[in-house]
Amino acid sequence: MTKALALLFALVLVLAIGSLSIGPANLPFADSIRALLAGGDGPLTLVMREIRLPRMLLAVMIGGTLGLAGAAMQGYLRNPLAEPGLLGVSGCAALGAVLAIQTGLSAAFSLALPLSALAGAVIAVLILLVLTGPRGETLTLILGGIAISAIAGALTSLVLNLSPNPFAANEIIFWMMGSLADRSMLHVWLAMPFMIVGLALLAGVGRGLDALTLGEDAAAAMGFDLRMLRLRIVLGTACVVGAGTAVAGSIGFIGLVVPHLLRGTVGGRPGPLLWVSALGGAAMLLSADIAVRLIAPGRDLKLGVLTALVGAPFFLHLVWRSRRQRA
Amino acid sequence: MTLLQLENLSVTLRNRRVLSDVSVSVAAGEVVGLIGRNGVGKTTLMRAALGLIPASGHSSLAAMTPNARAKAVAWMPQTREIAWPVSVEDLVALGRLPHDDRARGPVEAALRHMALEPLRNRRATNLSGGEQARALIARALAQETPLLMADEPIAGLDPEHQIATMEVFADIAAAGRGVMLTLHDIALAARHCTRLIVLSENSVLADGAPSDVLTEGTLARAFSITAYHAQSDDGPVFQPLRRVT
Repeated sequence: MTKALALLFALVLVLAIGSLSIGPANLPFADSIRALLAGGDGPLTLVMREIRLPRMLLAVMIGGTLGLAGAAMQGYLRNPLAEPGLLGVSGCAALGAVLAIQTGLSAAFSLALPLSALAGAVIAVLILLVLTGPRGETLTLILGGIAISAIAGALTSLVLNLSPNPFAANEIIFWMMGSLADRSMLHVWLAMPFMIVGLALLAGVGRGLDALTLGEDAAAAMGFDLRMLRLRIVLGTACVVGAGTAVAGSIGFIGLVVPHLLRGTVGGRPGPLLWVSALGGAAMLLSADIAVRLIAPGRDLKLGVLTALVGAPFFLHLVWRSRRQRA
Repeated sequence: MTLLQLENLSVTLRNRRVLSDVSVSVAAGEVVGLIGRNGVGKTTLMRAALGLIPASGHSSLAAMTPNARAKAVAWMPQTREIAWPVSVEDLVALGRLPHDDRARGPVEAALRHMALEPLRNRRATNLSGGEQARALIARALAQETPLLMADEPIAGLDPEHQIATMEVFADIAAAGRGVMLTLHDIALAARHCTRLIVLSENSVLADGAPSDVLTEGTLARAFSITAYHAQSDDGPVFQPLRRVT
């Protein structure tokens, strides 16, 4: 497991440097890294520090937390089909963003969109917590999340449907596809506090998830407070997914596929899976973000489109393989 | 030494009284069998004793802090859940979670005790039902608690492994620990338990040595059956015969 962690860490490092060295401005590698580290007044420093660095940082933060939250959700629900979006938080965050675009708020000031998306995420979590109550059965949590997602999806469609302005509708659709293009350090600083809180909440759930391998009753009898565990996972996932969706739009499949892909490297144990999934998620989103820039440099291929396009067939392959194993 | 003490334990679930004023105990060295009809409250009794569901009255285990309780009792629920394809060795090592150590000794001893060494690297989810049951018992053994509580641990096992498992429980008890289990096989209960508690109509109908408890009257009231009873060289033999109406 430590070997898997070390390899993944190295992979993330290489991809992060790769991400920094790719862009429409064809900059010499050594010069650009020097400009990034040493600074200076030239345009090179500006490109590196204000365009490429935030893009790389957001890919690491969002990919890493999506992988982590996906592993936590799967571990808690003891279901390999669970993913961070299941709570309805990403759907509500998207709705908040869509409303900001539709009402023209986002055009008036640039942070209106992520702030509105974060508000959507917070509302989703509050509804979910009220719905599940202090006892909070797992099934209520799943069904509540599905219902909230459905409502958010319906309202998003309604906004699109009634949109008098085709340009706004177009912008909404493109935003929802998810992208890391043209993000600034401001986006990084906006997402950072939520990511840190989410990370802190999710960091301590590993042992509880290991115990849950034996079911809720056995885990509770081993001294684990399942209510606290659930609260940490719901709030932690909401923080990171809400912040991620707010700054980058909807990016699917990472939280679902990455834990699947890496489960074997940790012998199936849900606790250690958290950290390899975090690194795996960062590596996957960095790769995808590099790929959209290499495949179609001028066309602004959306990140969410690519992750789904690569993720879904890959997922199909996993289903096929596990089907054969079971047979 | 008393490992579990229940005094006037009562449980009401969804406005239905499931247990009324149950007072029983389990001491070190005992294998206590909890028997009774389906739905009489055997599982509820164990879960209430463990503090997993709310109950009135007193349970010495439920009164402990969760961490202290996890070091006092190991619990094997009836649903033999193994959610992820972990190796048998890793599954058994989950028993060390309450101790927060990675001690190899108890894990190795538990694997040896349940004859799981040849299977240690197999995925627990790929084992047969009987092998999974043994792995889960080993998990509970690795927790190294004075008391082991198990809900139908031998259901679904073949005769050899049913006997082997009951012998493991006898070994544990002989080593100074205590075991409380539910089971439906009256023959095995009579033969391998040092004491039986019969539940009927939400309360304790009888509590004592198997030969004292399994009387014609108790069997008729608790199970509505008659049984053939004999004494063999290996101990008492009970064979349920027919229903009494």
